[in-house]
Amino acid sequence: MNKRLILFIPLVLFFVLGFFFWQGLKLDPREMPSALIGKAFPSFTLNTVKDESAQITEQVLQGKVSLVNVWATWCVSCRQEHPELVRIARETGIPIFGLNYKDERGAALKWLDEYMDPYQFSLYDVDGRLGLDLGVYGAPETYIVDKQGIIRYRFVGVIDRQIWQQELLPEVKKWQ
Amino acid sequence: MAIAFPLQMSKPSGLTGRFWTRSFLLLMFSLLPSLAQANIDAFEFSNEELRNRYQHLAFILRCPKCQNQNIIDSNAPIASDLRIQVHRLLHEGFDDEQIIDFMVARYGDFVLYEPPVNRLTYLLWYGPVILVMIGLLVVVIMIRNRKQQANADEAMDSQSRERLNQVLKQKTVNSSGKKKSRR
Repeated sequence: MNKRLILFIPLVLFFVLGFFFWQGLKLDPREMPSALIGKAFPSFTLNTVKDESAQITEQVLQGKVSLVNVWATWCVSCRQEHPELVRIARETGIPIFGLNYKDERGAALKWLDEYMDPYQFSLYDVDGRLGLDLGVYGAPETYIVDKQGIIRYRFVGVIDRQIWQQELLPEVKKWQ
Repeated sequence: MAIAFPLQMSKPSGLTGRFWTRSFLLLMFSLLPSLAQANIDAFEFSNEELRNRYQHLAFILRCPKCQNQNIIDSNAPIASDLRIQVHRLLHEGFDDEQIIDFMVARYGDFVLYEPPVNRLTYLLWYGPVILVMIGLLVVVIMIRNRKQQANADEAMDSQSRERLNQVLKQKTVNSSGKKKSRR
């Protein structure tokens, strides 16, 4: 009897491994946790795409749960994401701050003019310094920042309607 | 077998064969430089020590975007940014540990090719050792079982040999007595 049971070990192993591999299929190896979750938004002083003389600091993120969206005109998927951001801004009233990452002012202005501007304003991070402090590794990226200016969530990739409804909106509500 | 077969078919013979072999080799070698391509930034280092430290850091830091390359190997813009940062921090007098901390603070442990030993990575670090130990244990148990079995077999052997001898003896007594057996 005992010997018989031993014969089933390979089958059991097969199912255990199969389960893990199957789960592994759903994991995105590119998804990596932000090191800044639960930490204050990095400090910065930047002007905006539309106003060269502006002096915006991280203070602006305090008081309301907001989104910070990293975008650039060279980023193809940002173009894909843009209409959803416009919709979110219009329909939910959640403030979205843009972070124009390593871009050109002229191109960025044209983009905002052509595709509409869902942002309160877009910080002009031409040398990518704030992007680096945030640990940005590819646009588009979207951060949820709570009322105290603490980063609560980071989403890498294109936000579409489904991702907004299922992933980001619940997270925003949690901190509101 | 499958590999040997086409080789035999196209075995170079005479001058044309040699020509094609040479052409093929030439083609292969011409492809090599693209494999050996590396990122050579036009960085200036104030001394040789800084250059060595830069090489070391760029080797152990992982590109967040491409993941299977370190930042010295990767052509991704983010890897180039990180190389610039490493270069800048080195010249601002940061030591290696501070530079690594700077990167980890922004990109997480992920940016290190060698993950640190902590609660999350115990399995990663010690898992293989545990697996090897389990394997050894299984081997030891198997060997021991086999030995016991062999001993048991031997014991059985001597017993059955005795019995066999007895039976044979009886048989010879019987057959020589009555000659009933056919053989």
